[in-house]
Order: sequence, then C-alpha cells, then structure tokens
Amino acid sequence: MPSRNPLIYVALWLLLSLLTLFPIYWLFVISVKPAVDLFTTPSLFLDAIYWKNYVNVIGNETLRGYMLNSIIISSCNALLVTTLAFLACYALSRYDLPGKENIFFWTITNRMAPAAVFLLPFFLLFTQVFTLGEWKLYDTKIGMILLYCTFNLPFAIWTLRPTIDGIPKELDEAATVDGASTWQVISEVIFPLARPGLAVTLILTWVFAWNEFLLAATLTSFNARTITTGLSEYVTTTGTEWGAMASIAVITLIPALIIFSVVQRHIVAGLTFGAVKE
Amino acid sequence: MRSNTVGWLMLAPTIAILGIFGIIPFIYVLYVAFHQWNPFGASPDMIYNGANNFRRLVFDAEFLTSISVTMKFAFFAVASEVALGYLLAQLFMKEFPGRGFFRTIHTLPLIVAPIVVGSVWRLMTTPSIGIIPHLLKSWFGYDLNIGRDPTTAFALTVIMDIWHWTPLVTLTLLAALLALPKEPFEQAQIDGANRWQIFWHITLPMIRPAILATVFIRLMDALRTVDEVWMLTSGGPGAATRYVGLHIWKIVFPKTDYGYGAAISVIVLYLTLVMCWILYVSLVARRERKRTF
Repeated sequence: MPSRNPLIYVALWLLLSLLTLFPIYWLFVISVKPAVDLFTTPSLFLDAIYWKNYVNVIGNETLRGYMLNSIIISSCNALLVTTLAFLACYALSRYDLPGKENIFFWTITNRMAPAAVFLLPFFLLFTQVFTLGEWKLYDTKIGMILLYCTFNLPFAIWTLRPTIDGIPKELDEAATVDGASTWQVISEVIFPLARPGLAVTLILTWVFAWNEFLLAATLTSFNARTITTGLSEYVTTTGTEWGAMASIAVITLIPALIIFSVVQRHIVAGLTFGAVKE
Repeated sequence: MRSNTVGWLMLAPTIAILGIFGIIPFIYVLYVAFHQWNPFGASPDMIYNGANNFRRLVFDAEFLTSISVTMKFAFFAVASEVALGYLLAQLFMKEFPGRGFFRTIHTLPLIVAPIVVGSVWRLMTTPSIGIIPHLLKSWFGYDLNIGRDPTTAFALTVIMDIWHWTPLVTLTLLAALLALPKEPFEQAQIDGANRWQIFWHITLPMIRPAILATVFIRLMDALRTVDEVWMLTSGGPGAATRYVGLHIWKIVFPKTDYGYGAAISVIVLYLTLVMCWILYVSLVARRERKRTF
C-alpha cells in the first residue's frame, strides 16, 4: 500500500471524533447542571459542575439493582446469542440442509415486527402461558434473556454468516483428513478464524440488549427491571427530570465502554490470527 | 459426507427459540387483526369484523403518508450510513497512531440507548434552549426551528439516525474487511490495478454478503424506528416525521384501537418482508449467476 503521512489520518479522526462526541459531551453537560440552568441561553462550555445528580443516582439502591439486572441480562443474552448463532451459521455454511436458505431468511423476519403491537402478545405469553403454578416468566431475568433472542439472534446470524462463509472449506477438509472430529474443527479451526466476527457480534448483541427499552418496560416490574427502563422513569407526562436522566445515561455508558474496550482487543487479535490462507 | 443430523442439531436451539417467541405472537397478532378490540375500554371483548381493518387501512390517509415518509427516511438514512460506514471502515484499515482509541470513540454513539439519543438531540435542537440553534444563530445568523419547519425536522431525524447507526455499519464492515485474505490485493497491485479497480473488482464482490446483511438490518430497523424519533420530534411538525412505527404506537396506545393497530402491523411486516425478499433474491441471485461463469 502506498503509505501516506499517518498524521493526516490522526487529524481527520480528531475532527470526526469531535462530531461523534458532541452529543455525548452535551449529555454530560446536561447531567452536571441544576435543572433551572437548562432553560437559560446555552453556552458551549461549563463554568460550574454540579455533581448532585450523580450523588443521587449512585446513592439510589433501586437503580443499582437495575444496573446489576442489566449487566446479567445483557451478558447472558449476548453469550447465548453468539454461541447459538455461531453453531447455526456453521450448520448453514457447511451442511447441505434442505430448505436452509429459507430458514436463514425466516430468522431475520423475527426482527421486522413493529414493536408496539407485539408487546401485548408477549405480555400474555409471559403472564398467562409460560407459567408453572405460581411461577411466571413475567419479570424474570431468564424471560428477558430468552426474549431478547428474538431480535438479537437474527442479527447475530446475519452478521456472522459472511464471516463463516468466508473461511475456506478446504481448511475444514484438511483438518477432517487429519482426523479431527466436527467439534475439533469448530473449536480449533473455525473459532480462531472467526474471532473478529464473533467479537463484533458479541459486543453488538450485548449493546442491543443493554439499550432495549420497550420490552423491558412492559415485561418487567422490579426483579428483572433494567437500567434503561429505570432511566425512562424520569421521563414522565408531567415533565422530564433531565439532569437525573442524563446522569444515569452517562453512568450506563461506563459498563458498555469497559466491555467494548475488552472486546475491541479481540477484534485486533483477530486481525493477526485471522489471516485466512488459501 | 458428514451426516446432516449434526447440522440440524446445531440449528435446533435457534429454531426452537425463534419459533416460540416469534411465531406464537405473530399468529396472535394476525388473529387480532381480524377483530375490533379495545382491551382497555368499557367492553374489552374482541368482536370479529372480518377484513374491515384492512379495508379501512386502504383509505387511511395518515397511514399512507406515514408509509411514504418512512420509506424516504429509511432510504436517506441507510444509504448515507452504508456509504459513510464503508468509508470509515476503510480509514480504520490504515495504520496510524491511536487507531484503537479512535475506533472506541467512534463506537460510542452505539452504546447510548435510543431513548437517550432522542432526548439529547431534542435538548440540543429545541429552539431558544438548544445549543445548536443558538450557535447557528450567533455564528451564521441561521434560524433553526424544528418545531415549525417540516423539512428541517425530517432532515434532523435522518442526521440523528446517521449519527447513531453509522458506527454499526463501520464495525460490521470492518470485521468483514479484516477477514479478507490478503493475496488477491497483493496480486492486483503487482498487476498494476488502480485503487478504483481494486475496490470494484476485488473488495466489493468479496464483502458484498456483509454489506447485504448490514443493509438488511439497518433497513428493517429504520422502517420500525420508534423511540428516538418519538423523543426528538414526537412525529411532528404535522406528519413530517410520523414514521409508521410511531403511527402504530399512537393507534395502539393513546387510541387503544388494538385490532386496527394489529392490521397495520401485519401489513407493515408484510411490506418489509417483501422489500427485503426482493432485495435479497435480486442481489443473491446476481452473485450466484456471476459465480457460474
């Protein structure tokens, strides 16, 4: 590649980062202002920082519980979805299953449903159908983990499939000739090569589960309530507590950022290990 | 040849979960679509009314407008996101100091929940208290008012969507680019191909499946956007940003006309499906045809 001055890219990215960061910066600005200041003429920079919103939020035990629920639900969902999607994509890519292209297309139709109408069927399923005596799927973490598969699993299958298809079949065949079982092919050949794709799928499904709002608002009440829903409790018909909402929003970015930085490394690791040789 | 049973076993959990949480609610919605039903009203019984909901829908001007603005929104947003996302993914393929750092920064919009995105953009753009109208006014003398001007409101929802979702496109395309073998590129360079030729004849065909998957996902998500636009404009001014997801929401919740909402959902689902199917068949078929040469 004809390499140009890398500083050009740094400058370009600095500029792009300003655009990308501005709304997030503004979120922070809102979170450190007393409510009255929000309705005055805005200024670009802060002259005083008001931490009260954060103190209130961090001191709130309920919100800490919601945060923990969110972490459990998103992490379990992302792991489950990525594992199932990885297996499904391997099957779709390597086996000659009759009707598999139709199944592949069908999976994505589960993501097309307009949410507003599908809330009620889910509510009925969760409160009246999936019950065992007193126990209901409603307001349980396991319920949310399974439910989020409806939009995350199709997404994962569709984003992972090109990656798995892109790994040459000759590699599987060579390994099989050398005596590897199907399981060994998957774990020792496909898995390392699919790592960049798997990392991206994992983080994105995690983020989608983390940010989901409508379903969580309808299908949980306390035990499985997530932080996004907790955050929306500050948006009421009588007005919004912008400061509290913004400070929760800023706090919710932190776990996502940590997860992202961790997985990010695997995307890069995938770069060095993922050199597919013909 | 390995036995297909193993393949089916690998697909089974996916089919089971999506079957239970996808098909059962769908059948229910389909059933409701043929009824008149207000579950929260004085008479919460379902009354069978045949295809009346569907008949009503054909003459519903609000619904037809919402379909057309939704299509416009999805087109502008998705086209810009894919173009921009590809460009950014290519920029991330270069070696430069701080690449990992910038990549993390560029992904930040994705981790902001849609309702927060909508709220922040609203606070940034509301006339008289928002920073953007304020700066535009004092720097350029331009008066931005999304509450009055339908075109600006529409453009703003598109820009917000681009801000929020371009990182997704960049990431998925970056993963696809990273998984590409290096040999064809080196070979093409030895053969003296220029940048455009390499893009058109090597990169694009090889990452087409990834682009297709990304376009699909963005397209169907754009067609059912609710939270962000609801927070930013509430569908206004007029019906300029009353996208179909919002339209359904308004019928089901404030108006509690559940049967009619279900009918619209079924139709919207059907239209989305047909659109995606046509796109899928035409693009995949084209790829298969090329392969046979």
